[in-house]
Order: sequence, then structure tokens, then C-alpha cells
Amino acid sequence: MLKLINLYKTFNPGTPDEVRALSGVSLSIAAGSFTVILGTNGSGKSTLLNAVAGTFTLDSGVIELDGRDITGMPEYKRAAYIGRVFQNPFSGTAPNMTIAENLSVASMRGKTRGFSPALSSAAAAGFYERVKSLNMGLEDRLDNNIGSLSGGQRQALTLLMACLNKPRLLLLDEHTAALDPKTGAKVLELTRSVIEKDNLTTFMVTHSMQQAVNLGDRIIMVYKGKLIHDFSGADKKALKPRDLYELFEEIKRRELIDPGVCDILKANYV
Amino acid sequence: MSLLMATFTIGLILSVLAIGVLISFRIFNFADITSEGSLALGASVAAVLITSKSFGPFTVLFISAAAGAAAGALTGVLHTKFKINALLAGILVMTALYSVNLHVMGKSNVALMNEETIFTLFNKHLSISETVNETVKISGFLVNLKDLSSALLSLVGAFVCGLALYLFLKTKLGVAMRATGDNTQMASALGVNTDLMVISGLAIANALAALSGALLASYQGFADVQIGLGMLVWGLASVIIGETLVRDKSIGLAITAAVMGSIFFRLLVAIALRFGMNPNDMKLITAVFVLMALIIPELGKKNKLTESRIVKTN
Repeated sequence: MLKLINLYKTFNPGTPDEVRALSGVSLSIAAGSFTVILGTNGSGKSTLLNAVAGTFTLDSGVIELDGRDITGMPEYKRAAYIGRVFQNPFSGTAPNMTIAENLSVASMRGKTRGFSPALSSAAAAGFYERVKSLNMGLEDRLDNNIGSLSGGQRQALTLLMACLNKPRLLLLDEHTAALDPKTGAKVLELTRSVIEKDNLTTFMVTHSMQQAVNLGDRIIMVYKGKLIHDFSGADKKALKPRDLYELFEEIKRRELIDPGVCDILKANYV
Repeated sequence: MSLLMATFTIGLILSVLAIGVLISFRIFNFADITSEGSLALGASVAAVLITSKSFGPFTVLFISAAAGAAAGALTGVLHTKFKINALLAGILVMTALYSVNLHVMGKSNVALMNEETIFTLFNKHLSISETVNETVKISGFLVNLKDLSSALLSLVGAFVCGLALYLFLKTKLGVAMRATGDNTQMASALGVNTDLMVISGLAIANALAALSGALLASYQGFADVQIGLGMLVWGLASVIIGETLVRDKSIGLAITAAVMGSIFFRLLVAIALRFGMNPNDMKLITAVFVLMALIIPELGKKNKLTESRIVKTN
């Protein structure tokens, strides 16, 4: 249902800060699947997610969602099909607006916003039930500003908001990385239940090998803007965190070899 | 007493501007100086249309507001589509509007003597004579009926604008607009066309500024190309004073606070002038006042921080 064809993106081309963030990524994701993207810092995994979300324009390549070419579609239009949760727990909510108002904005994702009241009593009752399902006691604080909540509470609400209208695709960008372990585990558990309940197609970036092994049905490893490993089905199930660590070690060794080999070659031939 | 009524009336007329400044300053977090140009644009357009006698006073107000909306939308487009800094975009449009306003009026000021404005129309409906000074006694004070009706009309105007904005900000569109100002990334990820929200928000803010200018010209009986000078700081002062008076930050109270702030500030100015303040110092004092209002809360925060640090180290 999501198809990425030969994506290329270079940031700051022609400057010393040039970064080849995506160099020829092709990938196809089936409906209802849960894909985890792993990679080291700067490998391009978040860039890949942002390419799908549409936060920047690609140098080349095509992105198709449900057979529709969305490559040139602006971010806010793609949002009709895509729900997102960010790494920073403060990125996904408007701090100076109430919980109910935030949910109201989310409830109109993919719909035309008009002049009808944002918080009709029916809508408010719906929000109450949804927030109650988080089991965080936030349902009695719907009229409080979200800025007064903790990072974990805000991230849980962001997740709820992303899935308030069932998205065709859910993008999770290391959404538990900035939370303390206990809260992170709770948000992750919530994520799992939401995804299972609605059978959402999910694309998740993570740093955590444990998460990658526990969650999802497919693991993709990204390195220097390219896909270097792709495990699914029985292969994915057989993976242990240790196997992934070894793959990362291998990447590290590769990185070490590069300049070393250069020096040897220089010493011998230049 | 006449002075007091005039103070109230002008305070109420400028509160429409203050409500507009509230949108740019508190929703989009920047001081949109286009407002100064829009206020003068509204005054110019209204003056020219009133003297041309081709439209009724109500229609004149609508056309003035629409002109202001166009100016605000232009600033919005420059900012969102051409990525020009919001403050600079406002300065560019305001500067351009100065020439536009001169062209609209054909000269630097237009007098509205014996023309039908919204205020004279209101007097006519209340059967108040324009020529004879009728007075009425209110709790021992002699009040000119014309002054009273002008104040009443301004109150109705400010109330209607405030209520309309309040209701709008509670709609699905209004909530999306507030979200855009509060967290653009979030709004965009939830499918809000953030560029359009900024453009239309600034259009509304400047429509209000222009409406305020049109009312001011109608009330004072003239439009001047300089009428907008310093008006942004005036609007900011109103918003900030209002926030100090009303400490609640909910939308309805913020709008009420801006209106109250505008009246209160006008009152302060009138008192200062009455006690011999040099009118030339007014803009300087206004600017210093706004500066102080902006600095003092920050100083308060710093003091609290150092206090809590001291407590911790102890």
C-alpha cells in the first residue's frame, strides 16, 4: 500500500555541510504491516520517515500511497491519510490550547474545517471516552491546557490524536526515546494496543533493538541513506537483539575500515 | 463630561484595532505592523467613499474592512509563500500602504464636514439633532446626547466585533488557526493548511484595524494619512494592559480584556493630557509604557528563578 521508488535526497548540496540523506531507497510496505526502521545516528532513518510525511521535497523518486502518487502533495494534504507521532513529546500538541481543543483539531484531520463549533457537546462526550481509554485520568482535565501536562501524558495524547480518525498509515519517529523508561514502556504498550485494535499499517523508527525485536513484523536497517538489511516473516521472528547488535558492530567496523584503508593505500601507492 | 465621553468613544473605536492586534500578537506571536497602514487605509477608503456619497455608511465600513483584509492577506502571502520574515513583510506592506493611502485620498487628508457617516445615521435614527446641542442628565452630570449616542454606537461596534471573533475562534476553523500559531508542526501534521491559516488570520486582524480606522475617521470627521502612526504600539498597550487587568488567558476574556485595555489606556492618556502632559510626548510615553509592560513580567520570572535556586542550594 506504501511504495517508495528510488528516493534520493541531498541536504545542503554543494556546501561543506552536504549530507546525502537518501541515496536510492526503494521499499514496498503491505497494508496492515508493522515495519521497524533501525539505523545509527545520521543513517537517514528519520529522513526516510519525513519523506513519507512530506516535510521536504525529494530530489528524485516517487512515493505512492494506495496506488496514488503523493510525491508532490504538500504535507498538510498527506496528513489526511497519515497519522504521526514525533520524537519530541512537545511537538505533537498545542501547549496553549486545552486537551479538548487539541483533540478537536485532530478530529478534523482529513476533513474540511468549517464554521461549525469545534466543541459541540456530542464531540466533547466522544473526546471524554477516547481520553478515558488512556487510563491516565486525563478525561477530567479536558479543559486544561496541554502545556500543563507531562511529556509522557502529552505523547500519549499525541498518539491518541494521530489515530483519532483511523489513518491509512501511522508514522512513529522514535516516539518513546525522549521519555523515561517507565513512561516509555507505557506509551509503547498503548501504541501496540492501538495498532492491534485498528489493524493500522505502521512505520516506526527506533534506536532500541529490544523494541525492534519485540514489535512489528518486519525490520529494515538503514545505513548511509541506503537499505542494507530487510528481515521479515520467519527471519524477523528468529532475530534476537544480539543479532542486531552484531549487525551494528559490522557497520561500525565498516566505518573504521574506510579511512584506515585509505591510509594504507596512500602509504603504498601515493 | 464631554471629554470623558469622547475618551470612551475613541477607546472603544480603537479597541476594534486592539482585537485585531490580539490576533497577530497573541495567536501568531508577532506584532504585525501592517495594522498601522491598514488603519490608515480604512480611514482613507471610508473618507473617500463617504464624500463620494455613492454608498451608505454601512457599506462604507464593509468596503474599508475588505481593503484592510486585502492588505493583511498580502503580508500573509509575503510571509508564508515567499518566506519573508513576518515583521519585515509587515513593514514592507505598511510602507507601501502610505503611498496607496495618498493615492486613495488624492491628498494627505480629507475632511468629512456635514457628510453622512455611521454616527450621523445613528443620530438620525435616534432623532438626535446634529445642529442643536441637546443634553440629558445622568446621575447629576450633563451629557451631550450626540456624545452619548456615539459612545453607544462604538460600544455596539466593539461588542459585535469582539463577539464575532470569539465565536469564530471557537469554530473548527478558528481552533485550527489557533493551533497553527501555537504549534505549526502539529497543525500541519494534523492536516491544517497552515499557510492559509496565517494568511486569513492576518486578513481578519487587518480588516479589524481598517474598520477601526474607518470608524475613527467617521467619528473625528476627517481622515489623515498619518492617522495610523504609532497605532500598533497602541494596540499592543491595550492587549497588555487588558491582560494585566484580567489574568485569565481564555479566549473570551482575552478579547474582553483587550477592549477594556483600550478604554483604560485612552483614559490614562486623557488624564495625563489633562494634567499638562505635552502632547508631543505621547508616543514616547506610550512606547516606554509598552516596553515596561513587556519587561516587568520577565523580570518577575527571573526573580522567581533565582529565589527557587537559592531555596534549592539551602
